[in-house]
Amino acid sequence: MAVAEPMVVVDNLHIVYRVYGGTGDKSTAASALLRMLRRQRRPSIREVHAVRGVSFVAYRGDAIGVIGRNGSGKSTLLRAIAGLLPPEKGGDVYTDGHAALLGVNAALLDDLTGEKNVILGCLAMGMRPQEVKELYPAIVDFSGVGDFINLPMKTYSSGMGSRLRFSIASAKSQDILLVDEALATGDAEFREKSFARISELRDEAGTVFLVTHNLKEIEETCNRVIWLEKGQIVRAGDDVASIVDAYLAASGGQPIERTQPAVKP
Amino acid sequence: MSDTGRLSKPGSLGRSRSLDAPGSLTGPEGLTVTIPPEPTGLPDEPLAEFALEHGLASAAARPPALEYLRQLWRRRHFIVGFATARNVAMYTEARLGQVWQVLTPLLNVAVYYFIFGILLNVSRGVPAPYLSFLVTGVFVFNFTQRSFIIASRVMNDSLPLIRVLHFPRACLPLGYVLIELQQLIVSFVVLFVIVLALPNNPLTWYWLLIIPILMLQTLFNVGGGLILARWGAGFDDVSQLLPFLVRTWMYASGVLFSIQGLALHAGNIVFRHPTLAYLMQINPAAVYITLTRNALLTTERTSAPGAKPYDAGKCFVYSHAPARFPYASAYCHPIVSVGGLWMWAGIWAVAALVIGFFFFWRAETRYGRG
Repeated sequence: MAVAEPMVVVDNLHIVYRVYGGTGDKSTAASALLRMLRRQRRPSIREVHAVRGVSFVAYRGDAIGVIGRNGSGKSTLLRAIAGLLPPEKGGDVYTDGHAALLGVNAALLDDLTGEKNVILGCLAMGMRPQEVKELYPAIVDFSGVGDFINLPMKTYSSGMGSRLRFSIASAKSQDILLVDEALATGDAEFREKSFARISELRDEAGTVFLVTHNLKEIEETCNRVIWLEKGQIVRAGDDVASIVDAYLAASGGQPIERTQPAVKP
Repeated sequence: MSDTGRLSKPGSLGRSRSLDAPGSLTGPEGLTVTIPPEPTGLPDEPLAEFALEHGLASAAARPPALEYLRQLWRRRHFIVGFATARNVAMYTEARLGQVWQVLTPLLNVAVYYFIFGILLNVSRGVPAPYLSFLVTGVFVFNFTQRSFIIASRVMNDSLPLIRVLHFPRACLPLGYVLIELQQLIVSFVVLFVIVLALPNNPLTWYWLLIIPILMLQTLFNVGGGLILARWGAGFDDVSQLLPFLVRTWMYASGVLFSIQGLALHAGNIVFRHPTLAYLMQINPAAVYITLTRNALLTTERTSAPGAKPYDAGKCFVYSHAPARFPYASAYCHPIVSVGGLWMWAGIWAVAALVIGFFFFWRAETRYGRG
């Protein structure tokens, strides 16, 4: 076996959000004007240090689960890998090509029909019109939205929307696919399908990151897991079951019952 | 070979110090959240070097300008498709649907004609029909106005798209300027009907000049749109302020009156300050409006200063009784000649495009964060 080929290298990553109007200051027009005259900075600017010094390497064929409580920096980490958030000085994220991010809030063009969204989404990802034409039936079929494809996306239920988005983003075998809770709203059947698709993508030698609070899914699909807490890695490694157990114990969740040893052969 | 990924157990091969370390922590400390970060199978060399060695590139890096242009070109189908789809969707909620594409400019014209043509009667010195003159100005200015205002909002309005998909962000302002161009073409059909239905302005070969003029104006709008898109993405204040600035610009650009004519009226403030008249004339909106009027309207072309050999007497007549001898302005000296107008049309287009492109591109990685 040759040395594994790295796909994502995260080197001492720090992400800081700068939030305006974060504090509950009583801002009126008069006070804002006074502040401008006195040349003061807006007092309401707040810094949120969401990811603090995370480093890891992901290799071709990895499916990495990212776990942690709400606000532990999971989504931020994925968005940084996707190149959508610039890292602070001193650290960086390196990727092989661009990563495709699939998020639960990620609406495409709401007032356009599903059909237009499929076409434009594919074109935006850099496909040629001919490719889009060829892939279109498969995408629509996979999403299972049926006749809704001709209706504007704002008429979709959240489940249908996320199904279509997943279908679009996973249509082309992406080298790096980031799935951020995108499957949470799908029904059981679609979850089944999408997990099959994720392992397919892995087999096509891509790298998949999966953020979800469903730890069972992580155990089933991922070969590595990263546990984040307050923006730092608590534990990471490929002993998925034991890390998940430790996380559950720390966060006070019910331990997972396993019928067979969850450690992958 | 579906097991390749697992078998390789990244990090555990040949990097021995790695993966068992975190595993050994399953003891009592494993239950707390204060454990310091553990090495997770990292290579021994610095990660940055390791990444570059394997041909990885920084995820948030900005592509070089040429590469960026190439990426934009590769997304041309997206830009066109996006513009077309948006254009169609814009009116789907309205009961009249696509009719609004024609109705909006017509209503605009009706309002301006009522106020400036009838109530205030600013048409003095403009050869009849004033309506053709006005409609041309309103439509041409509207193209730039709407491109700029929409471009200033586009980055914030398209946040969802920016946050999911990776594509050169300049696609968005470009697409929206294209939408406005499509709308302008519809407006122009209306304009042609109006111009031909009114007397004095027949169809001539000069109409073909509209094509290069429109191309230059589109380039100018793209450049300006890129600048405003970056500003608008930075602070919302821009999109709040812009409508006022643009309206002021409209009044100074001769949409409702003829700057050349005004500059020849004895006693007018523009008459007394030739530099002001010059600056007003070379401002991009005025340049594109004047060129379009000269192309479309025979009345404008034949009455433009410089169209006839200079005649001090006839020019004097015009400057004191413009309303009675509107065509006499042709005997005056032009402030900016036709050649000068074309030159400025080119200068503005190229300057806006080059500055806009680099200005927008430099902030490429900063759009859509927050």
